[in-house]
Amino acid sequence: MELVVNQKRYRLVVDPARMLLWVLRDELELTGTKYGCGEGQCGACTVLIEGAPVRSCITLASAAAGKEITTIEGLAQDGKLHPLQEAFIQADALQCGYCTPGMILSSVGLLKKTPQPSEPEIRRALHGNVCRCGTYPRIIAAVQSAAVQMAAGQNSGAPHA
Amino acid sequence: MPEIELERYELLEGPAYRFEPERSGFELERRDFFKFLGGGLVLLLALDGAASAQESGRGPAMRGDARPPELAAWLHIGEDGAITVYTGKVEVGQNIRTSLAQAVAEELRAPIGSVQFVMADTDLTPYDMGTFGSRSTPLMAPQMKKVGAAAREALIDLAADKWKVERTSVSLAGGKVQNNASGESIGFGELTRGQKLMKTVDGAAVTPAADWKLEGTSAPKVNARDMVTGAHRYTSDLVRPNMLHGRVLRPTAFKAKLTSFDAKEAGQMQDVLVVRDGDFVGAVAPDEVTLSKAIAAIKTEWSADPQPSNKELFAYLKEHPTAQRGGGEGPAAGAPAHGNIEQGLQAADHKLDATYTVEYIAHVPLEPRAAVAEWNEGKLTVWTGTQRPWGVKSDLVEAFKIPEDRVRVIVPDTGSAYGGKHTGEAAIEAARLAKAANRPVKLIWTREEEFTWAYFRPAGVIDIRSGVTKDGLITAWQLDNYNSGPSAIETPYDIANHASQFHAADTPLRQGSYRGLAATANHFARESHMDDLAAAVGMDPLEFRLKNMKNPRLRAVLQAAADKFAWGKANSEPNRGVGLACGVEKGGYVATCVEISIVASDFLGAEVAPAPPKVRIDRVVTAFECGAVVNPEHLRNQIDGSVMMAIGGALFEAVEFANGRILNPRLAQYRVPRFSDLPVIETVLVDRKDLPSAGAGETPIVGLAPAVGNAIFHATGTRIRSLPMAPKGIETTLVSTARA
Repeated sequence: MELVVNQKRYRLVVDPARMLLWVLRDELELTGTKYGCGEGQCGACTVLIEGAPVRSCITLASAAAGKEITTIEGLAQDGKLHPLQEAFIQADALQCGYCTPGMILSSVGLLKKTPQPSEPEIRRALHGNVCRCGTYPRIIAAVQSAAVQMAAGQNSGAPHA
Repeated sequence: MPEIELERYELLEGPAYRFEPERSGFELERRDFFKFLGGGLVLLLALDGAASAQESGRGPAMRGDARPPELAAWLHIGEDGAITVYTGKVEVGQNIRTSLAQAVAEELRAPIGSVQFVMADTDLTPYDMGTFGSRSTPLMAPQMKKVGAAAREALIDLAADKWKVERTSVSLAGGKVQNNASGESIGFGELTRGQKLMKTVDGAAVTPAADWKLEGTSAPKVNARDMVTGAHRYTSDLVRPNMLHGRVLRPTAFKAKLTSFDAKEAGQMQDVLVVRDGDFVGAVAPDEVTLSKAIAAIKTEWSADPQPSNKELFAYLKEHPTAQRGGGEGPAAGAPAHGNIEQGLQAADHKLDATYTVEYIAHVPLEPRAAVAEWNEGKLTVWTGTQRPWGVKSDLVEAFKIPEDRVRVIVPDTGSAYGGKHTGEAAIEAARLAKAANRPVKLIWTREEEFTWAYFRPAGVIDIRSGVTKDGLITAWQLDNYNSGPSAIETPYDIANHASQFHAADTPLRQGSYRGLAATANHFARESHMDDLAAAVGMDPLEFRLKNMKNPRLRAVLQAAADKFAWGKANSEPNRGVGLACGVEKGGYVATCVEISIVASDFLGAEVAPAPPKVRIDRVVTAFECGAVVNPEHLRNQIDGSVMMAIGGALFEAVEFANGRILNPRLAQYRVPRFSDLPVIETVLVDRKDLPSAGAGETPIVGLAPAVGNAIFHATGTRIRSLPMAPKGIETTLVSTARA
C-alpha cells in the first residue's frame, strides 16, 4: 500500500489488519503519534487525514492509504513551529507532554474548521483528548492564543495561516 | 533509612518475577568514573552528616560500583563550556528538569539554557532512592544549589589565578566570568580548557531566596520544544537495532497459578518465539498484529482462589486486619493520643459518629508502563519509565540473579506517573523476553494491562467519633483509618482530647503509592466531619475552623482562599452550593473553596428512566503555601493538575472488581476528568521567601474532595461519605426554579 505522510510517499507491505498508529510508529518510525488506550478514547494517537483529526489507533492503515496524513512531526515547517506548537510552549500547556501531539493535532483540526472558536467550542472539540496531568485550562489558553496569532498571520500573509 | 510513608506498599514487594539463574562468565568491569566526563572542571557533592539522612547518593545499589561512594550529585563544566549536572532524579512531568536547572543556573549566574541535566541513568548518575513524595524540591534543589555555588567559587579561583587578581575582583554574570577591574571577561569553557580539576563541594554560600533572579521566575519547560514536535523519545518510542515486540500472556485472575500450557500452535507461527518460565508466559514477534495472534494462540489454564469483590470491600477491610507492613522500620501508624477521648465526649453538647469510605482508584498515566531491554555480552540495559531507577535495577538483579554492575537502567523523561510507576514489572518482562530472543525487545503495556496489573490507590474505611460544645469548641476527636494509610492522619486542629490511628488490613487488590497518598482520604473524612460539626452547632464552616485552629500558616491559606472566593458573600441559590476544606501535608498548606451546581443529567439520546442529577464543579479556588516559590507558573500548573486529578477521585473514579478480576479496565469504562469537567480554577500562591521550599506536586490534591462534599451538603442537605461521591449522579431532587 502507499501512505502519504507529511507530504512524503511510502510504499509498504503490511498486514491489512494493522492499525495506522502502529504502522506510523513501527514501520515509519514516526513515534510522535502515541498509544494511550487502543480504543479511540484518549486522543493521544490523533493524526490528521485530509486535514481532519482521526484516531489512528482504531483506523486501519489500509483505510488511510493514498490519503494525505499529517502527524506531529509534519507540523513545523523548515524548523519554524506551527503557531499552536509555539502557543503550547508559551502557555505551559503541558506537563509530561505525552498527550501533547494529539492535543495539538486535534486543535489544528478545530482551527481549520473554526478559526475563532469560543471556549465551549474548544472544550467540545478537545473532549476526546485526555490530559491526565490536567493542563486543560492552559490548553484552552494556548488554542485561543494560537487562533489570534494565526488570524494575525493570515492578515500579514505569513505561512501556517 | 530516610522516612518512607507506611502506605508505599509497593516498595516492600520483591520483584514481580524470579527466574532461574544463568552463570555469568564475565569479570566485573570497574568503570572509570571520569572516562565519560572528559576534561574540564568537576564538582563532586559528597554527603555530609546531615545529608546522610537524605535519600540520594547512597544505598545498597552502590556496592560493586566503581564510582566514588557517598556522592549526592556532580556537575561538570566541559572544555567547551557546557555545564552538565548528573542527578538520579527522574522527570515525569513535574518539571524538575526545569526547576533544578533554574537552581544551578542561578548559582552560576548563567542562562538556564546553558545547563543540561543527565537524569536517572544508573551507570552515569548518582544513586537516588526515587522520585516521589514531593522530595525533589526540598531535598534535591538545595543540593543542586550547593554544587552550583561551589562551581561558581571554583571558576572564580581559576579566573583570579589567570588574571593574577584578588578573588573579590572577579565575578560571574551572564554565563561568563569577569574581571571587575579591567572589564575583561572569559567564558567558562576557556577557563576550564586543559584542566582536569576535581573539587569537592565544601559549603560555598548559596544565593538566598531574597536575591533570586532566575529562581522564583516562570522559566518555560526546558525541553518543551521536543514534546510539541514529537521529537522527544519516551520509553515506548525507543527503537533499537533488530528490536522485537513483546507481550505477556496474563493470568485469568490475580494470584492465579498456571496449570496447563500448550504453545504448539503459537510456536509454529513464523517469526514468533514463545517464552515460558514458571508462571511467566510471553511471546515476541516483529509486529503487534503477529504478537496478538501469537498470544491468542497460546493455550493456558489457570487456577485461582475465590477473591473478594467491591460489594464486600469495606466490611472485608475492617474484618481482615494485618500486622503493620514494614515491621518496626516504618513511621508511627498514627498520632499519639492526647488527653482522654471519653472525657472529651462527656464535655460535649453534640456528639457525632460517622464512617467514610474510599474506593480503589487507578493512576492512569497516559503513557502506560513500558520498557526496552537489551542484553549485550551478558550486560543488561533497560530503558523504562519508572520513578525508582535503582529500585528497578535491584529488581532486575534479583530476578535474573546477575551482578549489580551487569545491569543498567535508563529512564527517559516519562509520560507521567503520579506515584504509579515505582515498580519494574515491564522492565523485568522485557528483559526476560529479550534474553530468550537474544535480541532487543520492546514491551508496552496495553491500557487494559495498565488498569489491571499495576497497583492502585488503597481503598479504605475511616471512622470518626467527635464531640463539640454548643459554642463550637471541639472537645474530642477519634479517627480510625482502616487500610487507606496514615498520611496526614493527624488533625491540624487544636483539640484537647484526640487520637488518630491507622489499621493495616489485608487488601483484595494490589495497592501502593498515589499522588498525595492517604492524605486525600484522611482529609476527605476529617474535613467532611468538620463541616457536620459546624452544622451541628449552627456555625459558618470557615468561622468554625478558625475557632479550632491556631496554626498560623494554615490560618493564612484558609483566609486567603476565603477572601479570593468571597466566602460568605454570595446569596444562596437553588441547586447551587459552596464548600471549603483545608489541610497540611508534606510541608505544604492548602485551602480549597468550591462552588458547585446540581444539574439535570446531560445524558444524550433517549432516556428510558430519568437519570439522576449530576454534580458540576463550577469554580475552585486554591490557596497554597509551600515556602519559597521556585517557579510560579509551574507551581500553578501543578495545582491545576492536582485539582483536575482530584475531581476524578472525588466524583466518579472507582476500580470495579470481582473474584480476582478488574471489571472496568478500559478508558471507555473508567472515566477520567476531561475538558467537560474543567471548572474555573483560581489559585492564590502564598509565597514565603523566608521559608525553605517544600514540594508541591501532591498536597494541592487533598482539599478538593471534601470541599466538593461540603458544597453538595450545602446545596442539597445530603452528606455523602463515600469517594467517589457521584459516579452515576446523586440521589437528590432538583429544586424547581421555574416560576409560573
